[in-house]
Amino acid sequence: MSSLSHLHRLEAESIHIIREVAAECRKPVMLFSIGKDSMVMLYLARKAFYPCPPPFPILHVDTTWKFHEMIAFRDNIAKEWGLDLIVHVNEDGVKKGVGPISHGSAIHTDIMKTQGLKQALDKYEFDAAFGGARRDEEKSRAKERIFSFRTEQHRWDPKNQRPELWNTYNTRIHKGESIRVFPISNWTELDVWQYIYQEKIPIVPLYLAKKRPVVERDGALIMVDDDRFPLHPGETPQMRMIRFRTLGCYPLTGGIESDATDLPSIIQEMLVSRTSEREGRVIDRDHGASMEKKKQEGYF
Amino acid sequence: MHEPLNTPEISLDAYVAEQENKDLLRFITCGSVDDGKSTLIGRLLFDSKMIFEDQLATLQSDSRKMGTTGDNMDLALLLDGLEAEREQGITIDVAYRFFATDKRRFIVADTPGHEQYTRNMATGASTADAAVILVDARKGILDQTRRHSYICSLLGVRHIILAVNKMDLVNYDKATFEAIRDAYEAFARIIGYDEVSCIPLSALTGENVMSSAVHMDWFTGPTLQAELETISVDDRHNERPFRFPVQWVNRPNLDFRGFSGTIADGTVHVGDEIVALPSARTSRIKSIVTFDETLEEARSGQAVTLTLEDEIDISRGDMICHRENRAGLSDQFEVKIVWMADEPLMPGRAYLFKSGVNTTAMVVTRIKHVVNVNTLEHMATKRLDLNEIGVCTISLDRRIPFDPYKENRQTGSFIIIDKMTNNTVGAGMIDFGLRRASNIHWQAVDVNKTARAAIKVQKPSVLWFTGLSGSGKSTIANLVEKQLHAAGRHTYMLDGDNVRHGLNKDLGFTEEDRVENIRRIAEVARLMVDAGLIVLVSFISPFRSERRMARNLLEPGEFHEIFVDTPLEVCESRDAKGLYKKAREGKIKNFTGIDSPYEKPEDCDLRLETTKLSSEDCANAVIDYLLEVQIKTD
Repeated sequence: MSSLSHLHRLEAESIHIIREVAAECRKPVMLFSIGKDSMVMLYLARKAFYPCPPPFPILHVDTTWKFHEMIAFRDNIAKEWGLDLIVHVNEDGVKKGVGPISHGSAIHTDIMKTQGLKQALDKYEFDAAFGGARRDEEKSRAKERIFSFRTEQHRWDPKNQRPELWNTYNTRIHKGESIRVFPISNWTELDVWQYIYQEKIPIVPLYLAKKRPVVERDGALIMVDDDRFPLHPGETPQMRMIRFRTLGCYPLTGGIESDATDLPSIIQEMLVSRTSEREGRVIDRDHGASMEKKKQEGYF
Repeated sequence: MHEPLNTPEISLDAYVAEQENKDLLRFITCGSVDDGKSTLIGRLLFDSKMIFEDQLATLQSDSRKMGTTGDNMDLALLLDGLEAEREQGITIDVAYRFFATDKRRFIVADTPGHEQYTRNMATGASTADAAVILVDARKGILDQTRRHSYICSLLGVRHIILAVNKMDLVNYDKATFEAIRDAYEAFARIIGYDEVSCIPLSALTGENVMSSAVHMDWFTGPTLQAELETISVDDRHNERPFRFPVQWVNRPNLDFRGFSGTIADGTVHVGDEIVALPSARTSRIKSIVTFDETLEEARSGQAVTLTLEDEIDISRGDMICHRENRAGLSDQFEVKIVWMADEPLMPGRAYLFKSGVNTTAMVVTRIKHVVNVNTLEHMATKRLDLNEIGVCTISLDRRIPFDPYKENRQTGSFIIIDKMTNNTVGAGMIDFGLRRASNIHWQAVDVNKTARAAIKVQKPSVLWFTGLSGSGKSTIANLVEKQLHAAGRHTYMLDGDNVRHGLNKDLGFTEEDRVENIRRIAEVARLMVDAGLIVLVSFISPFRSERRMARNLLEPGEFHEIFVDTPLEVCESRDAKGLYKKAREGKIKNFTGIDSPYEKPEDCDLRLETTKLSSEDCANAVIDYLLEVQIKTD
């Protein structure tokens, strides 16, 4: 008998990790960003416990600036799959009117995303949170363990990580501390797309090319998703065939020109692509190792 | 990351199928600082076109800012992801990278060369099939090279490729390469590698990494890439004995009871006769359940849920095997341990043992020897320090299913967890189970502790007095014993000084000896409690972990920790035996309170403040406390 295929091997490794958390942690939660990686992770969680439903809730930290299609998709999936979905919004941030346009990407991301996440984790006293990060995404992610520990203040100490050997995971923490767990650490962007294709996992339609109203800002194609987006005098959004490689807050996520209207053409397009997926993320480029900094402060 | 597709017309399904059928090689790179590991991986990624344009732009700007390669791109910057490493120009943690060629997929663990980070190397090696060990052609084989090679053999890495790097700096000299190759091959044989592939190359220029080198036409062997593509991956897992550690009991409703887990080795079919360990209850496989479909058979590496024909009690940590080919079962083992913490490993201390999905309490009963990884010599020791590798015997608090590590990397490995800090402090490989655990059964005798206690009309217990030298422990314990004796109780007093003259006269005052000292006292106290006595122990016992160890030896409610709380200044001013004076003069080493720590109890059962109470009042407080707990338990 031959050995397992590549995707089956990745799938089995992720399921093992997800089950281990459910078996050992007091109160786990799965973070759900609505993106493609989140969808794969969530799908794996359904596989891991079948015929049981996943024995933990799903948490979406809503910055209130997500694409409208993302929110509609989220609510639809939660209903269809019978998920225990928690939506958390940083109400302090909303009261102060924090947004990416008025406050800039750094402050918006910190308050609405990072602080919002910390609030939710503290409020529900979750001791473990699954995230859909992958090691091929970014340099500091490549060095993060699958089980990544956070202090009571949610800080990450990259120089003091626990050694992780074989498939034996140390899940022990003190009261107040928490673990971020990355079950798809060893997947690549292409693996994720191939798996979505193979398993027919639903994804937000924004990943597929369509004529959408866009304006160009600092070389990035920004979709005008609602009337909160300030247009320059005389400017009108152009209808262009675009799609998104990653999804975040709409004013911070650049689209790419594309004719890929179905999954096979997305994968084909990826195979000849010469830029990394995070290039579309405005937040990563401001500082040499900015992801590491954000992570130390509690960003996922 | 993927292999770029240059002909977009190719059928996607055909491409996906081809990608799916490639096998995977996990390898690590290791070598000394500045041997060029990160540059080599950067080179592999770069040459296999794994670097995206925006990453390249960042790399070019970073190379100008902090590069160490002049006008050339500093490929190492692709990997040294943490800011601290980029500034110091060294690699401090394991990084995982992915790439693929026409023939294979690869996961590379880039592991650091600094001696103090050996633990990271062991981490990377634990899942690797192969290791690329770098040496600098100018420096040849170093201690580090031997250390890394030995760790690879210890962790069961099957193939070693010796990459003799920086050949460009020795004028591509054949004799230099051959001298290094011969020296290494001789060493490799000693640690069990009969065949090693040695390749002269330059990571900086790329020669013999992916393409052959014009300057080294004297070398006829494969390039590094060709070698990585052809070495054999361990694919015999399916033929080996079936091992299924139960990770999670799946019980959605009363009609379904399944056991979820990942098949560690072997193959299983519906209808197979199985046995669950450690209970040894047998049954047959009823179904193999997955989300996608119900399977007829499943194999090594698959995450599945098994249901059985019979309702037998199985919980997380148990192992399902075939009846005719079961795993071993023991609670005592000879193991190899790689120690990964600053605080040394000491025999007698209690740790947690976690093997796969199985966690249990563990004590190292003996360190047989430590291995000098440079010379492979065995040396006697009483402790294992950070990055040391030792052969030890361990004892667990229950029997677990296992295989020797050389037969199964999953079921023969474990990590060691510190109970206080929760850190992973060591990694272990099981050599074999010690037979005495399965052969010697505890004699179940009719005259037991309860019977012996009943005849004495008392509840056997240990009163453990801890505190600084001169705090008044023995004085108070004496008074308590007198009162108990007067009341017709059967008692015995174990005093630090007295025991040291007899039972423990072979022990000194180092930290290791103190641990052993306490371990023996605790064991003696336990035997006396079994005999039905009330035991008064008067020992400085400065470490929390040892007091906890003593507590754990006894049943709940039998151990009472009494902290005789006298400030150091007071003890020192009394100095009845003149010991503090000698310690201050440096005539006594490791004296508690002076140059050795006293860890105050955080959760003692009773605290006696001798600066506020007389010795008699303290003794009365102990008696009152005893009466109180006896009433509660009776």
